[in-house]
Amino acid sequence: MTTIKTQFNRRSFLKSSALTGGGLMLGFSWFAGCKASVKEEVGMVLPDEWFDINSYLKIGDNGIVTIFSPNPEFGQNIKTAMPMIVAEELDIDWKDVIVEQAPYSQKLFPGGPFGQFSGGSRGIMMKWDALRMAGASAKHLLKAAAAQKWEVPIEEITTKSGKVFHEKSGQSAGYGALARAAVGMEVPEEVPLKEPKNYQLIGNSQKNVDGKKIVTGAPMFGIDYQKEGMLVAMVVSPPAFGMTFKSLDNAAEIKAMPGIKDVFSFKTYNDGYKKSFFDVNAFPELIAVVGNSTWEVMNAKKAIKASWTATKASSATIDRFGKDITVNTPAGLESTVEHNRQMETLFSKPLKVVRKDGDPARVFKEAAKIIERSYSAPYLAHNCMEPMNFFADVNENQVHLAGPLQAPGLIEPVVAARLGVAEKDIKIEMTRMGGGFGRRAYAHYVVEAAIISQQVKAPVKLMYTREDDMTNGIYRPTYQAIYRAALDDKNNLVGLHIKAGGIPESPLFANRFPAGSIDNYLAEEFAIDSNITTGAFRAPRSNFMAGAEQSFLDEIAEAIGKDPIDFRLELLKRATDQPVGEKNDYDAERYAGVLKLVKEKSNWSSASAKVHRGVSAYFCHHTYAAHVLDMTIDDEGQPTIENVTCAIDCGIVVNPDAAKNMAEGGIIDGIGNAFYGEMTFKDGKPAKSNFHEYRMIRMSEAPKNIEVHFVNNEISPTGLGEPPFPPIFGAIANAMYKATGNRRYHQPFLDGKAVLG
Amino acid sequence: MAIFNLKINNVDQQVEVDPATPVLWVLRDHLKMVGTKYGCGIAQCGACTIHLDDVAMRSCVLPISAVGDKAITTIEGLSEKGDHPLQKAWIQHDVPQCGYCQAGQLMSAAALLKDTPSPTDADIDDAMNGNLCRCGTYIRVKAAIHTASKM
Repeated sequence: MTTIKTQFNRRSFLKSSALTGGGLMLGFSWFAGCKASVKEEVGMVLPDEWFDINSYLKIGDNGIVTIFSPNPEFGQNIKTAMPMIVAEELDIDWKDVIVEQAPYSQKLFPGGPFGQFSGGSRGIMMKWDALRMAGASAKHLLKAAAAQKWEVPIEEITTKSGKVFHEKSGQSAGYGALARAAVGMEVPEEVPLKEPKNYQLIGNSQKNVDGKKIVTGAPMFGIDYQKEGMLVAMVVSPPAFGMTFKSLDNAAEIKAMPGIKDVFSFKTYNDGYKKSFFDVNAFPELIAVVGNSTWEVMNAKKAIKASWTATKASSATIDRFGKDITVNTPAGLESTVEHNRQMETLFSKPLKVVRKDGDPARVFKEAAKIIERSYSAPYLAHNCMEPMNFFADVNENQVHLAGPLQAPGLIEPVVAARLGVAEKDIKIEMTRMGGGFGRRAYAHYVVEAAIISQQVKAPVKLMYTREDDMTNGIYRPTYQAIYRAALDDKNNLVGLHIKAGGIPESPLFANRFPAGSIDNYLAEEFAIDSNITTGAFRAPRSNFMAGAEQSFLDEIAEAIGKDPIDFRLELLKRATDQPVGEKNDYDAERYAGVLKLVKEKSNWSSASAKVHRGVSAYFCHHTYAAHVLDMTIDDEGQPTIENVTCAIDCGIVVNPDAAKNMAEGGIIDGIGNAFYGEMTFKDGKPAKSNFHEYRMIRMSEAPKNIEVHFVNNEISPTGLGEPPFPPIFGAIANAMYKATGNRRYHQPFLDGKAVLG
Repeated sequence: MAIFNLKINNVDQQVEVDPATPVLWVLRDHLKMVGTKYGCGIAQCGACTIHLDDVAMRSCVLPISAVGDKAITTIEGLSEKGDHPLQKAWIQHDVPQCGYCQAGQLMSAAALLKDTPSPTDADIDDAMNGNLCRCGTYIRVKAAIHTASKM
């Protein structure tokens, strides 16, 4: 039997909600006002009384269960999947479950700054045990209550579909009837968990719990947040990276504009504040303009006249996950042309060696043939469909924050420090996010909203325009890499040499495949400082390295006359049987598993001559993904992606159809970024500010069909938001080569151009 | 400032605003109807799509003064009980990921189906290419439109 320790112990975990009573409810939520409709919406009769069982759930006197989804939702559908895991262990029918977004609370959901974090594809993986424990321990309390009431041993009690049974005496009772007594029961040190083969709910697709609200336009996003007396705020930032605020030159004129309450400059962080890794912010001093309505504030924002000045070079110590690092920020107005030249120059200089196996210098010297290729990728803007925004109501008693953010645990201490308030006086409400992709882990906009509210002494919703959102930084860094392969006179791959660098970080993962499968291996890196700010973007670094690596492996396979899938499988067999080195951070058998599955499901061996196929596989964020992409090209050289076959090993799949949706999304987003995604700079200024300039994939450019297949196993689940994304870059590059005979090395691959020519 | 009498989702509404104010902000700020979304402000993403009479319009660039006596329909008024064939099909196909662009997708799709009750893939591409979705739900959007067209 699988058991799990009730690790937070009964005092802090299981009884905390009973102690805090109504604190579980989003009592301060404007969205709570919408809940009256729940009853008719779901055709559910609500209970007269709720009993808080633990942080994750409460049970109504009629047996209805409310499950709180702990982490913020940005489209990965954990708001459905996380409660499904609780419901599975609780043995409650899904139709009897109401799901609510939990508020941010270290007390209810302990786990440090990342306890209620959405990002890194780690939500389900990190919460798997806690969610199962919440359901299983609640079920135990109900059984204990029944055992006491019926005076029978708890071991003889069984549960099913929200009911408790004692077969011998023929007694049964609903969870609702036992909930009051369950609250008073003792929580054991360990509770049993179900074996995966006995799952009823996990593995059976359930619809998005917010589906009805989404399709009817119900208020649920941060940008929809309203409060009586709320003002709208916008910020004006410097026109270029490398510039900073000097003066606001027409404040009186702006204040006299219709609907405008105030205009002022402010510093996002106090001087001398020690930033953490996620406090990235290119523009620490901004102008705020505050007024009655969005349109009035937009007009005032355009009319603001301000002076800006060049920044000075600086060096700061920041806290990177508890470890101090130094970040150097140069002065100057940077440009993409100069960036590319800087990176190209560094490749010919000694780089930092990150991993070396065997004697790469010798095998490259003695090689019969060397293949060397260069790859590059530009900066990317996140372009979440919902621009950055946040609600803040700062008054003497409390700081109420509400809106879209991925990492409430990271921003709460920052707000506390900046406003000079205690963390206990800050309440953070997590709204549904209109996309995140890493961008909303950098929540400077939350601090900005709070400062503005404090200054104007009113509730405020800070809104970024699309232009603000796209030109404010936190981009995916720009990268370059050189891959070199040494072949001996029998056409064996005997050495691999990777040089990779970027601005401001290296994209290298030295211990990932194909490291471990090649005797002589060298991985080197560099990084160049910049004042253009960057941050996590869907599968950081992997989103470049996967494309380069998987494109290069295809070139090697071709050079040595092997099928690209067979060639990869041979390398993985070597890494399984006789791995080179000890630090390889992947499971070669699971890696090979997705390649074998995609080979089978795509009918790789009997492909139609009309389509051009590219394969690619990658491992990141604990999940394995492989794609086969089928492309056709018309007479004008325009590509159509006819089909993508995708194989994924993410362990147990909680909600299969939603998981497929996630994989489809990662594939389409990846194709869009591979074909068109690009941000460039000239004299510190972003060259694109809105969607008329920044090309995003549209419906007619998406694949006609995507097939997603999951490896069936009972391994604990890992994430899906990121892993399907990186390998698609390689699949496209490989299919484009098959289609045209020309290989693309530099992203974006298309940007309006046709494939041919 | 000027007074405008509007018919929105079959309800008469009156607002007093700057005549240049886009319909998007009249809906969101003045009438508190926030289903219609802001995405770009320059008619490039389609998140703000509404119907003016039966025609899909980008409300972020449509000044309130240009509405005249035409009827406005928003996502909140697409159906009374959220049971428009497209809304049902969207749920059947579990289309949304983040969900932010979906109101605009639905309004564009609804205008398409009024005009072309049985659209081809190409018809759908033409009608929906103005609606961006960074999550990449396009395949499901297309499938749901086909399903709705058969309801």
